[in-house]
Amino acid sequence: MTLDHDVVVLGAGLAGMRAALEAARHGANVAIVTKVHPIRSHSNAAQGGINAALGEGDSWESHAFDTIKGSDYLADQDAVEVMCREAPADIVEFEHMGVIFYRNEDGKLGTRAFGGASQARTYFVGDITGQALLYTLYDQILKAGVKVYEEWFATSFYVEEGACRGMVALEMITGELHLLRAKAVIDAAGGLGRLYEPSTNALICTGDGYALAYRAGAPLMDMEMVQFHPTTLAGSGFLMTEAARGEGGYLLNSLGERFMKKYAPNKMELAARDVCSRSETIEIAEGRGIDGNVLLDVRHLGKDVIFKRLPQIHEMAMDYLGIDLIKEPVPVRPGMHYQMGGVKTDADGATPLPGLYAAGEVACVSVHGGNRLGANSLLDTIVFGRHSGKVSAAYAKGVAATTGGDQLLRSEQARLKDLLARPYSGETHAGLRLELATTMDQRVGVFRDQAGLEDALGKVRALRKRYDNVAVGDKGRIFNQALTFALEVGFLLDCAETVVMSALERKESRGAQSRTDYPERNDAEWLKHIVLHYRGSNEPALSYLPVTITQWKPEARTY
Amino acid sequence: MKFTIEVGRYNPEGNYDASAVAGTAYPPPWDKAPPRRYQSYNVDLPEHAVVLDALIAIREYQDESVAVRCACRSAICGSCAMWINGHSHLACKSKLAEFTKNGKTRVETPPSMPVIRDLVADMTPFWQKHLAVKPWLQGKKPEPPPMEEYRVPNSAMEELIQEVSCISCGCCLMDCESFAVNENFLGPHALAKAYRYAADPRDALTKERLGEYSAPGGIWDCTHCYECVTQCPKGVAPLEQILKLRKMAVDAGFTHNAGTRHADAFADSVKHSGRLNELTLLPKSVGFFNIVDQLKTLPSAFNMIRAGKLPPIIHKSIPGVQRIKNIFARVGGRFK
Repeated sequence: MTLDHDVVVLGAGLAGMRAALEAARHGANVAIVTKVHPIRSHSNAAQGGINAALGEGDSWESHAFDTIKGSDYLADQDAVEVMCREAPADIVEFEHMGVIFYRNEDGKLGTRAFGGASQARTYFVGDITGQALLYTLYDQILKAGVKVYEEWFATSFYVEEGACRGMVALEMITGELHLLRAKAVIDAAGGLGRLYEPSTNALICTGDGYALAYRAGAPLMDMEMVQFHPTTLAGSGFLMTEAARGEGGYLLNSLGERFMKKYAPNKMELAARDVCSRSETIEIAEGRGIDGNVLLDVRHLGKDVIFKRLPQIHEMAMDYLGIDLIKEPVPVRPGMHYQMGGVKTDADGATPLPGLYAAGEVACVSVHGGNRLGANSLLDTIVFGRHSGKVSAAYAKGVAATTGGDQLLRSEQARLKDLLARPYSGETHAGLRLELATTMDQRVGVFRDQAGLEDALGKVRALRKRYDNVAVGDKGRIFNQALTFALEVGFLLDCAETVVMSALERKESRGAQSRTDYPERNDAEWLKHIVLHYRGSNEPALSYLPVTITQWKPEARTY
Repeated sequence: MKFTIEVGRYNPEGNYDASAVAGTAYPPPWDKAPPRRYQSYNVDLPEHAVVLDALIAIREYQDESVAVRCACRSAICGSCAMWINGHSHLACKSKLAEFTKNGKTRVETPPSMPVIRDLVADMTPFWQKHLAVKPWLQGKKPEPPPMEEYRVPNSAMEELIQEVSCISCGCCLMDCESFAVNENFLGPHALAKAYRYAADPRDALTKERLGEYSAPGGIWDCTHCYECVTQCPKGVAPLEQILKLRKMAVDAGFTHNAGTRHADAFADSVKHSGRLNELTLLPKSVGFFNIVDQLKTLPSAFNMIRAGKLPPIIHKSIPGVQRIKNIFARVGGRFK
């Protein structure tokens, strides 16, 4: 089947749905393609809140400075300015849509404290803020009547004469491949957490949007900047919200010390995430951990605060470790959580590939630079989702509808048919993924060095070769997940190569990139973005882009 | 620890492993659901493993053809609701050790929902019901200025958070006894969502909503079986939200319906005799002159007679009925 729209959005998380809603408001015929029902998107899992300088005594400049300092000065400051200036209006818009944000005594929106922020500017709904926003936005999509192709899996973007003009997607329920033609495409396909084992991310975060855009010709930027969240549950790796520390929780080592006093004497547990994760890793490495973990202690907050503001993590600690947060501290460790880098865009979401826009985690605007502040990711999705929706709708007005794409549809049909027909050779999607993700965890984690990264690059390239033999253990048409899992591992391998190459290239320590062989930040040589371009079966091409500095000159970064 | 999982398989293309054992037809009212074929898998997992861990282990390392939806693994995304030993649960929240019976755990999509393949249910009925309650805020006018929020007390927001915790997994609808026999029933999740909007102090259309939710298929079609409260993995307790909606609807004057008449007749009988007069309950609920609806219940009445459940023809008051009347007077409100 061939379907025509003005704008096609890939992904139905907060960024994708916000983009689609805005494009529809600007008169575009818009459709969303998503491999899971919108409500299953990983935006659900954002717990702690969303930042905005909305309160009295706060300013967008203060929010921008905190974000830039948090980024270790790698964020592009013009983009940060856009995000922080517009944040208050976006929060209020979501309140008007119906989000049940926490209120203070005056009945106005109330805040909680969050890491790396000089003011309490995080707006929230208990510890289910992402879920509250996602449901409200989904219902707006229903109200607006936006077309959603649910459980459609994108296999390739369609590029015609140097511009992105749609995509090919597999309808899971029938097993049919379809061509979706568009005047503009918005890539909002989310993160790549499955690149690491363990990770806080859902099983659906498989880097699809990075790889599809990259293969179509859009470059990837800052890919070495992988965030490790300081508090992920021992064992399973599930997220224990930063709000636990925002509400006053402690991090303790095996001696019962609040060890953050050594690393961030002013902000303590509310230092930026990269700082906390490094500190924990050092404590554990120096023998002051507990079975490879430290402790998160919220007992002193009391039952009422825990039940009202942190109910979800209370439930998770109970379900998966049998620990009652009211009575016991919970073991946590740094865990892979977020990709700051991604498809390079400008502050309107436009990528260097005409017709292709990107928003949300998959995009690199860059507002997070070397390290994202907690509660800035939800903000990123709705601000730049809105921008990309608006700008792509305007762009689509000046573009004629295409009639091409049949050839891509046929070649994708042939590619999938070959993949399905490939005989079993011992390589499985699960086996390859686990080897890849374990390598990334061990070699491209909180601390990195040349030897480890070189080893990782060798392993990634060897896995890419082995991937050519992966067989699909289900030959059916209807809801063939083995097929899509195999395709996802292909996406992850592309992502892995860019992450490792960028980490090898950046010979300094900045934000989430901590090189033990280059322990200092080096602004003279490395205050720049690393950009990777796809070149088919050849090695990716590497280039640099300057960091945009507006009014905040790089300074030493302490908390 | 060793666990055995029996996966209820369904494949519209008809490909099954030879080891899959054909199941018998589901009992009424689900007898139209296609029977599944049950295929056993053995897995070795830690003692605290959940059902989803087993399913992932199976599809990753034993049989890639087992289809199951899952994403977050931590009871947030709502993808993995399924029947586990005949009741709906989230696979990611259900410990294998607790569910293992006679050495095995059986999983399948609930027969109350259409099935796509294996453990993948067609959730269309769920989402249609969700849409039917108009699940979006119809903000009071005038809206506050663009940079100002609606001013409401935090307690009013906290009242709604129980429903906002709903992850749309569908466990409540899958096991809803009213939905099982009445596909027009909006169902627990959608009515809980309805309460979330009707009770939002920022919503302008509370009265219209209450009118719509009082119509057939709405709040009065719930039979209080409590399955939704029992099966909900997030403590949403949909029935409690439905009861709150009923009170709001009656208070708003939506009383010309069988549901309210039934509640009135129930209360009236208890107030005057201390017990339920089942003979007058039906005509009072559907309306004394509504002969058509009364006749429709005749088959049930004959079944009751056959089963010896006929209520006494002469309705007697219990001793000390005055004390019951005093309770009603003390409680006040509609029934005093």
